[in-house]
Order: sequence, then C-alpha cells, then structure tokens
Amino acid sequence: MQFGIFTVGDVTPDPTTGVAPTEHERIKAMVRIALKAEEVGLDVFATGEHHNPPFVPSSPTTMLGYIAARTERLQLSTATTLITTNDPVKIAEDYAMLQHLADGRVDLMLGRGNTGPVYPWFGQDIRNGIALAIENYALLHKLWREDVVDWEGHFRTPLQSFTSTPRPLDGVPPFVWHGSIRSPEIAEQAAYYGDGFFANHIFWPASHTQRMVGLYRERFEHYGHGSADQAIVGLGGQVFMRKNSQDAVDEFRPYFDNAPVYGHGPSLEDFSAETPLTVGSPQQVIDRTLGFREYVGDYQRQLFLMDHAGLPLKTVLEQLDILGEEVVPVLRKEFDALRPAHVPATPVLAGAR
Amino acid sequence: MKRIAVVTAGLGQPSSSRLLADRLSAASGLPADTFELRDTAHDVVNHLLTGFPSSKLQAVLDNVADADGLIAVTATFNASYSGLFKSFFDVLGEGALVDKPVLLGATGGTARHSLVLEHAMRPLFSYLRAVVTPTAVFAASEDWAGASASLGGALRARIDRAGREFADLVQRYEQKPAGDPFALTMNFEDLL
Repeated sequence: MQFGIFTVGDVTPDPTTGVAPTEHERIKAMVRIALKAEEVGLDVFATGEHHNPPFVPSSPTTMLGYIAARTERLQLSTATTLITTNDPVKIAEDYAMLQHLADGRVDLMLGRGNTGPVYPWFGQDIRNGIALAIENYALLHKLWREDVVDWEGHFRTPLQSFTSTPRPLDGVPPFVWHGSIRSPEIAEQAAYYGDGFFANHIFWPASHTQRMVGLYRERFEHYGHGSADQAIVGLGGQVFMRKNSQDAVDEFRPYFDNAPVYGHGPSLEDFSAETPLTVGSPQQVIDRTLGFREYVGDYQRQLFLMDHAGLPLKTVLEQLDILGEEVVPVLRKEFDALRPAHVPATPVLAGAR
Repeated sequence: MKRIAVVTAGLGQPSSSRLLADRLSAASGLPADTFELRDTAHDVVNHLLTGFPSSKLQAVLDNVADADGLIAVTATFNASYSGLFKSFFDVLGEGALVDKPVLLGATGGTARHSLVLEHAMRPLFSYLRAVVTPTAVFAASEDWAGASASLGGALRARIDRAGREFADLVQRYEQKPAGDPFALTMNFEDLL
C-alpha cells in the first residue's frame, strides 16, 4: 500500500499571527514538504492544480519536474489535474515528458474542478463538465496508446495523423486515477477503463465515499478488469497529531475554525465526527485510518492533507515526522497483514484497457 | 397509512408558529412528525457552508422528503418568511417537494402582515413545484387572544378548512420514492 500527502496549494494567513506567506514562500514550502515526504519514508506527493488566488499551483508538471530532480523514490502525482479545462493533447505531452524525467515515478489524478468562472478562462463551460471529462479523457487515453491518432470530437479541433511526443516511457502510460466526490459518471469512467478511483473523502461524510467506491468496484468487475475487491482505490485523509491528543486539539483548533471550505461552520468536534478528520494522538490516527478499510474495502493509496489552512511550514514538517515515524510504518504493516493475496497492494497497470 | 411532516420556523419558546403548526397538523387528522427549525438552525447554516448536512439534519431532510405531505409555518420577518425558514428549503434536496401537498401557515404581530402567505410563501412553494392548498392560514397575535370569541372562532374555522383541504390532497397524491443521487442512470458507451 502507498502512503503519501496531497496539497491544495492554498495561500492562507496563519490565523494565530495574521501573516500569510508570499506566493514565492508558499511554492518553496510546497517543494520543501515534498522533499520531506521522501525523507520520512512516504511514497507519494500529489499537488493540486488551480488557476485562481489564493492558490499557487497552476503549473503542476513544472513543480513536479523540479521535485523529481531532487528526489529518488517519491512517486509524483496530482490532486487533481483538470481534465475539463486542459487540452488533453497538452496533458499527454506534459505528463509523458515528466514521466521520462522522473524515470517513471509519475501518475496523475484527473478531476473536473468545481468553480464555474475557471472554465471560460480556458474556453470551456462548466455546464459541459461531465461531457468534457469523458471526451477529453477518451482522447488522452488514445494519445498514450496509439502512435498515430486520427480523432474528432465536440470540444477541440480534430486531429489528423497526430503523434503525441514523447511517447510514454517504455510504452507504458502513466497510471490514471479519476477523482470525484459524488458524480457516479466519474466512478463509471474509472471502472470502464480499469483505472484507479480516488475519493476525496475529507470534506464529506463517509457514507458518500462508501457509495461511490462501492459503485466503482461493482462496475470495475462488470467491465471485466477483475473482481470488485481488486479495483484500485485511493482515499484522502486529514489529520493533525501531537503526543497528547488534547494538545493536538488545542493547537489545531484556530486553524480549523478559520480554514477555507469548512471554517466558521461546524465545530472541530462535530466535523471530526461527521468526516474522516482526525485530530489527536498518533494512535488515534492509526485507529481511525485502519477503520476506513471497513467501508471501502482493501485499498491501495492513502493520501493525507497536511499543509493547508495557514499551518506554518515548521509545524507541517513536524507533522510529517510524526506521520513518517510513528503512523505510516504501523499502517503499512497492519494494512498489509489484512489484505488478501489476490488484492493488489499498489496501483498496477495489469488489466487496464 | 399516510404520514406528514411539519416544519416550523418560529424562534420563540414557546412559539406561536409551533402552536399554529400543531393546530394545522391536528386539523389534518394525519400522523405527523414535527420539527422546529430552531433545533437544527446551526446545522442548516453548517450545511450551507460545508455542502453536506450533519446526520441530525439529514434525518430531518429525509423525513420531509419521504413524507406524503408537508405543513410549513414561519413567523413573519420584514414582510417575508424568516431567513432560517428559507435556508432550510435552500438545503432541502432538489425535487424533494415536487407534487407534494403543502399547507402554509404564518404568524405575525398584526393581521397587516397576512399577505406574507400569498406574496412570499406561495411563490416559493410554486417554484419548488409543490401542490399548495388553496387555503393558507395566518395567525396574528389578536387571533390567539381569548378575549374575542369571534376572532378566535374565525381562526379555528380557517384552520379546520385548511386541514380538510390538505388532508384531501394528501390522500389524492401518491409520492414517488426519492431518487438515489449515487445511482448510475446511463450507459458509459452512450456517453463516449
């Protein structure tokens, strides 16, 4: 099983000091966090893609290419790459190039993006969100598997005798995850291609995630890629840890209370009860995370959100130390022991269409 | 046996909106589950902010969506329903009130507010494609005053008439089970 972190790349003032990092500081902090992930033995770093303030990561392959050059083992990924507003031809080229530079340590997670105003900046319309995700991925899938492509669709100019370069490393396209919170069409898309399905998980009740993953697994089997329990599932998680759980709660509360998305809403306690957020001791995080398996089955990748809401870099690095030293080794051992032999331990390409 | 839900957005305790809601509910003669929005007010705001309901609010939303009819009562605020009342219907699932019989009630300090029923509430529920009873009931402070038997008597008569109309609609309309938002409704090959 793979463990890692994913970052939104938000520039948020630290609510305890009122000070926000500059864009430059935030970008450098994201890189520092990725390098730390490798240092502490994590497997994956994934960056978001956003094109509006207060977010900085508009150019994921630039950032991941830089991180690739400074790491040895870390798997580089995204959360998410916008399949709706990016030209699938450019995604095919950029991620194949990154794959070569990183000696294959690359996969990507596709998502639609959820803010209406972003679409027209890239010549698209949010009302076509699902249709764009379906058509653009069909093209991307083809570009990575066929050397010469003739293609015609609704949303971009036709292609005649087009070859996307460089070709994927060793002829194996980067592994693809499809991320969605509650669109059954996207779970279906992941199942159809035999790709991975990633459930954001963190901002929503577990029942959402359970239904979406259940649908994906059922359809994965329907399309003949293997049994439902062999489908490739990833989950998000969100944690804050200190040795004593009350210290974790006290330290994290101002960040929670002022966080983008859920700040000024439910209490930390209510949100922890309704979603997978876990604020407490490393053992509490271990117990809660092992519990995810009870409603999604054995899964292959667990990503934690660690660096949002204005948490200072120093604190995030401390959190990664705890995650890497005290939490992930235990999770790795426990999940491995529970997983039946016929279920893949990590994302695999075998069986992909 | 049919069952109705009653939602009341009165803020006082005891609340005259709740009192009116209970009277309307009794007049319908139908078994009812009654919810004071005050009890889930924070949950309603949190749903607006986070995009999902707490389990406590989810139970109320499901109960309303699954009911065979709805009685909705609000206090009058600045010539309209309260913000809490509107927010509740803003987070109620899309289509939850389509073809559902709804009986409207409102309360206010004086009878001069009574058109809140027709100018604010009825358009909202028409938009939501509910089946709204012809009679809606407004109760002003003076209607509750026992001193004038004629006023109190008139309110009782309106409540009884509204209750009969509502019960009749509930019997006539069959509710369809709510759609499952996670259900797959298309074939992927067709989408391609």
